[in-house]
Amino acid sequence: MITAERKPMEEIFRLIEPYGKILLVGCNECVTVCHAGGRKEVAMLASALRMGRMKLGAPLTVDELTLERQCDPEYAEELAMVVDQYDAVCSMACGCGVQTVAERYQGLPVLPMVNTEFMGSSESNGVWAERCAGCGNCVLGLTGGICPIARCSKRIFNGPCGGSTKGKCEVSPDIDCAWQLIWDRLKQLGQTELYSQIMAPKDWRTARDGGPRRIVREDMAI
Amino acid sequence: MSNFEPVVVVFACDYCAYTAADVAGRMNLSYPSGVRILRVPCTGKVEQLYIMQALQKGADGVLVAGCLVGDCHFKNGNLRAAARVKRVQSLLDDIGIGGERVAMVNVSAGQGAKFAEIATEFSQKIGEMGPNPIKQGAKAAA
Repeated sequence: MITAERKPMEEIFRLIEPYGKILLVGCNECVTVCHAGGRKEVAMLASALRMGRMKLGAPLTVDELTLERQCDPEYAEELAMVVDQYDAVCSMACGCGVQTVAERYQGLPVLPMVNTEFMGSSESNGVWAERCAGCGNCVLGLTGGICPIARCSKRIFNGPCGGSTKGKCEVSPDIDCAWQLIWDRLKQLGQTELYSQIMAPKDWRTARDGGPRRIVREDMAI
Repeated sequence: MSNFEPVVVVFACDYCAYTAADVAGRMNLSYPSGVRILRVPCTGKVEQLYIMQALQKGADGVLVAGCLVGDCHFKNGNLRAAARVKRVQSLLDDIGIGGERVAMVNVSAGQGAKFAEIATEFSQKIGEMGPNPIKQGAKAAA
């Protein structure tokens, strides 16, 4: 999933300073799962904004709405009936949701309330960790299901580097050496011959280096 | 602020703090009349939003009163509540309301005297801090 965290309140107050009536819009997908922008988080932020502004003697009207999926135009359309009543839309979705709503409602400020972080998975309750860098050309089949791009601090394709000590990365003792994990897993799978294959330099054009990416499925287009 | 009597909302666990408050009553112990007790099945049921809304609706302070550590009827509801209270405190600091207006306390069902003491002390502390600052802002905006 895409993970996110609420922006610092100081920044949020600065963003909404000019406005007196806002619509705070959450998303029922990834940001709900990572507790950043679902219905509950919308209610919490709304309450904090009302109190914070009331304390300043500048009351703020905040209405709350959580869409099924903010990054889909058909769900963003649900705002059409109400957005005219507001000075701004404040989105608690990831950057994709913010931009989908901003694109649909061109004349209205659409402000981000969260910082979108990374594509990750849950390690345990309340802990999320980066697992995928969306490079557009997956090598997990060669690396025992452990990504050398997302999980190696240096994105090394033929590791480990000289900074790996006792299975930990030199960047931080809290980070596992991805190449140690890859080696351990390949041994477990009996596929250590994959480790001795030299990986060619990666063509990063399939990643962000080739410019903003699109997927076009003509069979799905209406 | 000598005549300021703070309103303190207490989310009291049914298994301990609520009974402790009852015991305090039966012992004829008094604590400030601004202390309003809300019974919850476990402090683990207290959403962060409940605390925020109590303050938003005019409470000057909020106490979340759960079982002693290790004695939660649902194993770790009181520990979860403590972590949530900490998170709300941080948010309240960030918005200028003051995290100290909220606290987590632990009392057992038999500790009526301790409950009265905690309620009194917390109420006094909130009294010294003054009213919930949103009240002043609301007056200024009116």
